[in-house]
Amino acid sequence: MIRKIALSTAAVLALSSGAALAAGGHSEITDVNFAHEGPFGRFDQFQLQRGLQVYTEVCSACHGLRYVPIRTLADEGGPQLPEDQVRAYAAQFTVTDAETGEDREGVPTDHFPMSGLEGAPDLSLMTKARAGFHGPYGTGMSQLFNGMGGAEYMYSILTHYEENPECAPDGIDGFYYNTAFPNGGVPDSCKDDHGVSTVPGSWIAMPEPLADDLVTYADGTAATTSQMAEDVSSFLMWAAEPKLMDRREAGFKAVIFLTILASLLYLTNKRIWAGVKGKSA
Amino acid sequence: MAGIPHDHYEPKTGGEKWLHKRLPIVGLMYDTLMLPTPKNLNWMWIWGIVLTFCLALQIITGIVLVMHYTPHVDYAFASVEHIMRNVNGGYMIRYLHQNGASLFFVAVYLHIFRGLYYGSYKAPREVTWIIGMLIYLLMMGTAFMGYVLPWGQMSFWGATVITGLFGAIPGVGTAIQTWLLGGPAVDNATLNRFFSLHYLLPFVIAGLVAVHIWAFHTTGNNNPTGVEVRRTSKEEAAKDTVPFWPYYVIKDLFALAIILAVFFAVVGFMPNYLGHPDNYIEANALATPAHIVPEWYFLPFYAILRAFTADVWVVIAAEWITFGIVDAKFFGVIAMFGAIAVMALAPWLDTSSVRSGRYRPMFKWWFALLAVDFMVLMWVGAMPAEEPYATISLIASAYWFAYFLVILPLMGVIEKPLPQPATIEDDFNAHYGKHGGGSGGNAIAQPAE
Repeated sequence: MIRKIALSTAAVLALSSGAALAAGGHSEITDVNFAHEGPFGRFDQFQLQRGLQVYTEVCSACHGLRYVPIRTLADEGGPQLPEDQVRAYAAQFTVTDAETGEDREGVPTDHFPMSGLEGAPDLSLMTKARAGFHGPYGTGMSQLFNGMGGAEYMYSILTHYEENPECAPDGIDGFYYNTAFPNGGVPDSCKDDHGVSTVPGSWIAMPEPLADDLVTYADGTAATTSQMAEDVSSFLMWAAEPKLMDRREAGFKAVIFLTILASLLYLTNKRIWAGVKGKSA
Repeated sequence: MAGIPHDHYEPKTGGEKWLHKRLPIVGLMYDTLMLPTPKNLNWMWIWGIVLTFCLALQIITGIVLVMHYTPHVDYAFASVEHIMRNVNGGYMIRYLHQNGASLFFVAVYLHIFRGLYYGSYKAPREVTWIIGMLIYLLMMGTAFMGYVLPWGQMSFWGATVITGLFGAIPGVGTAIQTWLLGGPAVDNATLNRFFSLHYLLPFVIAGLVAVHIWAFHTTGNNNPTGVEVRRTSKEEAAKDTVPFWPYYVIKDLFALAIILAVFFAVVGFMPNYLGHPDNYIEANALATPAHIVPEWYFLPFYAILRAFTADVWVVIAAEWITFGIVDAKFFGVIAMFGAIAVMALAPWLDTSSVRSGRYRPMFKWWFALLAVDFMVLMWVGAMPAEEPYATISLIASAYWFAYFLVILPLMGVIEKPLPQPATIEDDFNAHYGKHGGGSGGNAIAQPAE
């Protein structure tokens, strides 16, 4: 279930509570109900595998994942590729060995390559760096209640390419109009008297990367643009926060343990103070 | 100083006597743990334990993080990612440390405002208060330098902005800034010295915490009535107090368990909620983020820093009087540090003879306004420097100074305090009705001291 909501730039990209409201413009972010959302959400292993495929066949042409070790593709909670597939995946890369200085075939302990195209940002942490942590007016509500985060931002960037708006039919040369991208350039003809943009989003250097049936999924899932965008956004969320599920589990156990401990301490406290307060224990 | 009379440690066995003659360490621990503590302390007296826990948590997680972190501009960011991905439980240790700083500041602000309301800073506890303020300043320095270590965009630009404040000092500013940074700009030398100091300062804090505790163990704890524990005899003192162990140890641990349940929920489910997404982008000296905003715990003082712009009359006046030496930027820096300085001077600015805000009808309202003011400052500190935020932050900053410099001194003169209970025992019995409420609860007026 996908529903569209327009949020202020602040909700999506703000460095801090509402600070980016100053920019005046806004971008449209689509809320997607990802499998990993919610307090007990879990990554969908098959979605991560599809996302890896989209990343490999489309994104990796320009972008890198320099902080992600290839071996983690086999990790529990991740795409969980079988060992031999991980080895085969690593082997497609040529790596300059840090010790010998010679080129060799990649192995699972190597990391994904860095961005191949200058100016194309590394995607390892992109979903965390673009998370809408602070929500409308700095309250963080969109994160809390809609699970809005960097994965939504990623999805929206991939699906919100549109025709140039009426105020600038020619757009900006070499850039593409994207209603979800908040910090690109906007032609002066699309700004009001105060220099505030009148259109959602801005112009981005990346051409629209996805089109229907661009990849062929092995599991037979229809490769629509939105399906691919959702899959790769989920994969990139995992790439940025591979321990997401472990962390929630640890947090949950800690809360349970501390609640029990607090209850016992409450009873202990009540009992030892009873004498002082003149009550019977 | 004698302190509150109570039973002291008596070595019984031969071994204990042998050790006690040579090093009375067991006696020290016994006296610390069995300290007579006012029996009417409320739930605002739990923050000391929470703060002690935070310091221990930060030191322990910090020591582990250092085992895997590389303080070098080329490797720092990657080494944090290494901790998050490859170190066993590293993601948890790092998130505990990151959010531990926030818990630390939540607790310290509540601790400070508790002191401000119940007059804990007043004689004879001025030294405790001053040491507390020093700890708070060191905490801010430590937190600021720690935030630089992951070497993200906010780390880098936050360091650039904050060290730039020292550059505003007339004459020697640039030299001081260069000395702090170890060069003309934030770079590897800065990262290394911040790392070194970030490791050192927590141990200085730990030392000051010991002195802080020593100081208030000498004067005795303040309490919600502000009335002192009777010290004429051991028997009378015992009526006003209970030993710290087990009464307050268990109570504080109970409170700590609840607070930690909330803390672990944040760490487990929304560990980046209080952080800036931009810090997941590696530092880049060529790309300035659109909005550089400090962590939430610095926002009130950041708001004060920014409030005094060049068009404010006091700034214009200061600039004119000093022949332009104190410009708007330097004025802001003075205001920011001054805001903490006036708070530290509260023991001498508060002229009231009554210690606790509970018996001060006017003070209560001005204090409540100060608490609101603090929250407003925190909010405008996160807002862009434009209207209406500029005016709001100016008014809020003005109130902060007015509270300490005008309202506190004047109120002691014009306010008519309510009657205070004669003893802590009376106050306690008024709440719990033991022995038929003592001598009629809190009906007897008595000046503090």
